[in-house]
Amino acid sequence: MNPGTRMPESSESPNSTPGTAAERTVLGEADIARALTRIAHEIVERNKGAADLLLLGIPTRGVQLARRLAERLAQIEPTFSGEHGTLDVTMYRDDLRRQPTRAVGQTVLPGSLDGTIDDKVVVLVDDVLFSGRTIRAALDALNDLGRPRVVQLAALVDRGHRELPIRADYVGKNLPTSRSERVRVRLADVDGGADAVVISEAAPTTSAPTTSPAPASTERGAR
Amino acid sequence: MKHLLTTQDMSKDDAILLLDTSAQMAATQSRENKKLPTLRGRTVVNLFYEDSTRTRISFETAAKRLSADVINFSAKGSSVSKGESLKDTALTLHAMGADAVVVRHSASGAAHQLAHAGWLDAGVLNAGDGMHQHPTQALLDAFTIRRHLVGHVGDDGRGTDTSVGADLAGLRIAIVGDVLHSRVARSNVYLLHTLGAEVTLVAPPTLVPVGVETWPCRVSYHLDETLERWQPDAVMMLRVQRERMSGGSGAFFPSPMEYSRKFGFDARRLAVLPDHAIVMHPGPMNRGLEISAAAADHPRSVIVEQVANGVAVRMAALYLLLSGTDSGDSGASTQQTSTDERNVL
Repeated sequence: MNPGTRMPESSESPNSTPGTAAERTVLGEADIARALTRIAHEIVERNKGAADLLLLGIPTRGVQLARRLAERLAQIEPTFSGEHGTLDVTMYRDDLRRQPTRAVGQTVLPGSLDGTIDDKVVVLVDDVLFSGRTIRAALDALNDLGRPRVVQLAALVDRGHRELPIRADYVGKNLPTSRSERVRVRLADVDGGADAVVISEAAPTTSAPTTSPAPASTERGAR
Repeated sequence: MKHLLTTQDMSKDDAILLLDTSAQMAATQSRENKKLPTLRGRTVVNLFYEDSTRTRISFETAAKRLSADVINFSAKGSSVSKGESLKDTALTLHAMGADAVVVRHSASGAAHQLAHAGWLDAGVLNAGDGMHQHPTQALLDAFTIRRHLVGHVGDDGRGTDTSVGADLAGLRIAIVGDVLHSRVARSNVYLLHTLGAEVTLVAPPTLVPVGVETWPCRVSYHLDETLERWQPDAVMMLRVQRERMSGGSGAFFPSPMEYSRKFGFDARRLAVLPDHAIVMHPGPMNRGLEISAAAADHPRSVIVEQVANGVAVRMAALYLLLSGTDSGDSGASTQQTSTDERNVL
C-alpha cells in the first residue's frame, strides 16, 4: 500500500519509545481508514453478506478496530446488526508463567446473543499479527464460549515472524519487519493523538524476546 | 502478590485489582463451560487444621475451575493426629511440589509462619488463622457490597456489574455480633476502611475485643440505635461462635434469647434500614440466634450470593498468586500492553 501521509520522524512524540530509538510512521490516519474500509468490504464479499456476523476485538486496540469495522459494515450492509464485542484472552495465554502477572480483561458479548456464539460467523480483530500466540489463545477462548460456524481473522498489520500455523483472512498491511523492531498501532480513542502505525527499533531497555534466542544478538549487532 | 495473608497491610490498588479480577472471574462462571485452562499443571493444597465446609469447598471449586490440581489435607485422619508439626507437614508439601497452599489453622499467625519461615516456596493463602484474619472472606464481602451498592446489580444477582475499578467510598457498613472471636470482622474492618467505607462494630461489651480502639472503625453497644440513627447501607451479621466460648453460651451473655432480642437481626430491624440496604452473613448461620429466618431469606439478603462470589474471589486470588514470574512483583504493577508488546516482551 501507499505510505501516504508519511510524517517527519521528529513530529512523532507522544508516548513513544524511550531513548534514541528512531521511529518511522508506516501508516497514517487516512491509510488506516482506507484499510479498514477495504477490510469491511472484503468481509462482506467473502461471507456473501453480513448474516450471523459477529466482530470480536482482542484488547486493547483490537476492540476499537472492531468497533470501527462494525460502523463501516453497517454502512455497507444495512442488514448488519452492528454487533461487536470484546474477547479477552489473558487466561488462555501460554506465557502466563514467564511474564509479570497480567490483569484479566473483560469479555463482552453483545446482549442479543444471550451469552453464546453458536453458529455465528466470528471475525477476530487484532491490531498487530506477529507470533500468532495471541490468536491461538483467542481460539481457545472462543471454544469455551460456544461453537461458531466459522472463525476468521482480521489484523490491521501483519508483521510476519509467525511461530504457529496461523494466518489472517483480512490484512490491512503486510509489513516486513526485523524481529528487533517494534510495531505499534496508535489509535486516537485509545492513545490520543492521530491514528498511526509506527515502527521503531526496540529500546535497549526492552527485554529480548524469550521465545527465540536470535533477536537479542541481532539487536546488539544493529547498534 | 506472593501470598495473601492479611487485609491489614493490603494496598488499595491491590484490593481493587483483586475485586476487578474477581468480577471477570464471576463473569466466566455464568457460562455453560465454567472451566478455564489458566492454572493447568499447578498444584494447590488445601491444608485445613480446623473444620470447614464452605471455605474448603469454595477454594477447591475455585482451583478446579482454573484447571489446577487440588490436594485436600485435613488434620483429622492425617499424620497431624500422630503429632506431626506444622513445619514437618510444610516440608512434606514442599517435597511434593505444591505451588500454592491454602491454610486454615486455629492458631493466629499460622499462615504467616508458613509463608515466611522458609519451609516452602509456595504461595500461601490464609483461609482463616485463629482469631486473626480471613482475607478472602473480607474480599468476597467487599465484592458483594460493591456489586450491589456501587454496581447496582439486581436483587437476583444478575445484570452487568458496572462497578469495575470503583472503591466503596462513603458507604456505611455495620458489622454486628461476636466481634471478639471473629477473624471475619477483623479482616473486614481493615479492608473496608482501605476501600473508603465507614465501619461500625455493634456488639455487647463482652464480645468486643481489647484494643478495638486502635482499629479504623467505630464501636456501638446498641443495634437499634445504630440502625435507626446511622442508617447503614449494609448490615453484616456475625456468627456467635459458641465453640470458642468456654462454658457454653452462658459465658459471654446471659442467655441466647436475650442476645437474640438485643443483637439478633430480624424483619422488624430490616424495615428500619434504607430501601437499598443489603443483609450479609459469612455463614454458617445460627438461625434464630443472630439472624431470624425471615431476615435470612428476605429478598434483600445476599447470603447465598456471597457463597457464589466466594468462588470468583478465590479464583482471582489464586490467579494473581500463581500466574506471572516468581520475581515477587506486586500485583498492582500489572498493566495492559498492546498485543504487539505482549508478544515481544
